[in-house]
Amino acid sequence: MPLVVGWAEALRGPPYKTPRRPVPEYRMPKFTPKHPLLIRITHWINVPVLSVMVWSGLLIYWAYDPYQIQIAGVVVVRFFPQWFYGALDLEYGLATGMAYHFAFAWLFTINGLVYVTYLLRFGEWRVLVPKRRSFREAWHVVLHDLRLRKQPLPPAKFNAAQRFAYTGVILMAAESVLTGLAIWKPTQLWWLAAAFGGYQTARLLHFALMIGFVLFVVIHLAQVAKAGWNNFRAMVAGYEIFKSNKE
Amino acid sequence: MSQPSSAPVEGIEATPAQLRRWSRRAFCAWAAAGLAGFGAWRWLRTRAAVDGLPWPLRAAHRWNERVFGAGFSTSRLAPEYPRERAGEPKPNGRYGRPAAGWAIGPIQAEQPGEPLRVLSAAEIVAGLPRVEITTELKCVEGWSQIVTWGGVSFADFARKLGTNAERHPYVSLETADGTYFVGFDMPSALHLQTLLCDSMNGEPLSLNHGGPLRLISTVKYGIKNIKWLGRIRFVDERPSDFWAEQGYDWYAGL
Repeated sequence: MPLVVGWAEALRGPPYKTPRRPVPEYRMPKFTPKHPLLIRITHWINVPVLSVMVWSGLLIYWAYDPYQIQIAGVVVVRFFPQWFYGALDLEYGLATGMAYHFAFAWLFTINGLVYVTYLLRFGEWRVLVPKRRSFREAWHVVLHDLRLRKQPLPPAKFNAAQRFAYTGVILMAAESVLTGLAIWKPTQLWWLAAAFGGYQTARLLHFALMIGFVLFVVIHLAQVAKAGWNNFRAMVAGYEIFKSNKE
Repeated sequence: MSQPSSAPVEGIEATPAQLRRWSRRAFCAWAAAGLAGFGAWRWLRTRAAVDGLPWPLRAAHRWNERVFGAGFSTSRLAPEYPRERAGEPKPNGRYGRPAAGWAIGPIQAEQPGEPLRVLSAAEIVAGLPRVEITTELKCVEGWSQIVTWGGVSFADFARKLGTNAERHPYVSLETADGTYFVGFDMPSALHLQTLLCDSMNGEPLSLNHGGPLRLISTVKYGIKNIKWLGRIRFVDERPSDFWAEQGYDWYAGL
């Protein structure tokens, strides 16, 4: 029992409950809370759950894979070439894919609902949802990240581009669940399939959202690598460390 | 994403040693959580298989069946389309297809405690109101095709037997040679768009598409829409199902 309690405490991170005094100047390093425990838990649960959803979804998609991107009649991207299925062992797995997909869909949905409920209940959405001035700032962030603009970004927990990305990915998740339900139960939930333009359109949307998630993850990982250790640690331990502000 | 956080006005002061300890403890705790998750995955992957699926995934299928079965309505219908949009579906299933030149026999209807009924396809549809629906057939593979189906409602047929056949919780439908067989839960069998079908796109149902009589249901994937119907059994036990034995969901409900 003490082991479990100790583990849970360690999971939570530093003791935020200790009394805090505002200190205008300090020489000691300070740590400051960044990501609440529940946000870290739902974030990390999403890593394996979303991976299983994408993998099992590809097993299902393999059985009927008509999507491609054409420009002026020329196939630019084909989802997917044969080597892709072969390399990732995605062939002949429709039954397996459906079984994992419809089981893990519950975890994905419940995890998302817990996360969004937390955002709403504890006001965390305020630092996440774009504000009016985020539109212009997001452009600055893009230029800054592409090294086209030197000026430093205004300090904030999430910059404007992050606000768009993180809010967008929540909306994508919601739409994935809804399009997924629409193609899972297209008769009993016929109105939901109709709302997405019919069964095949809902399936296409569901697929496009998956591609969106994969692109999000690629950019997210690149940005995390670029942001460095302090930022990464915050998603594990919950806090960031600042060295003395008095030189 | 590369932003520094806001200035640490509210931070807690700590010695570097304290910070290292906290950081180390947090990483160890999360690594333990990750290991536990990996263990759960390994556990799931190594469970004994029931009809080709680890049993927890079978249980998940049954759970989904209960959840969606609870809200199931026999009168909530799949959308219908104009007849002009109908086309020919890919004739995927071939299991149970009668060999060329074989005469297709009558259909046996069975029910516990009742004498066996042997009926030709014509006798089955005789005297029942004709139903024609233009709906989207959905293959478990993911493709779909709008088709006009004609026949009689399965519910009407079950009631015509006059033996309360619809009180049994399940129906087993089989080809004459027994090589293909599907199981239906009774609510799905009694759905208003579950038909004993003898015509497709205005023509008599061809052999290729399951003629003379097949089942059509808008609440099931194509795999349950059995062709070359030879035997209808009203049963109290969950009947076996060809594709469910190959790792698919028994319910396969839409």
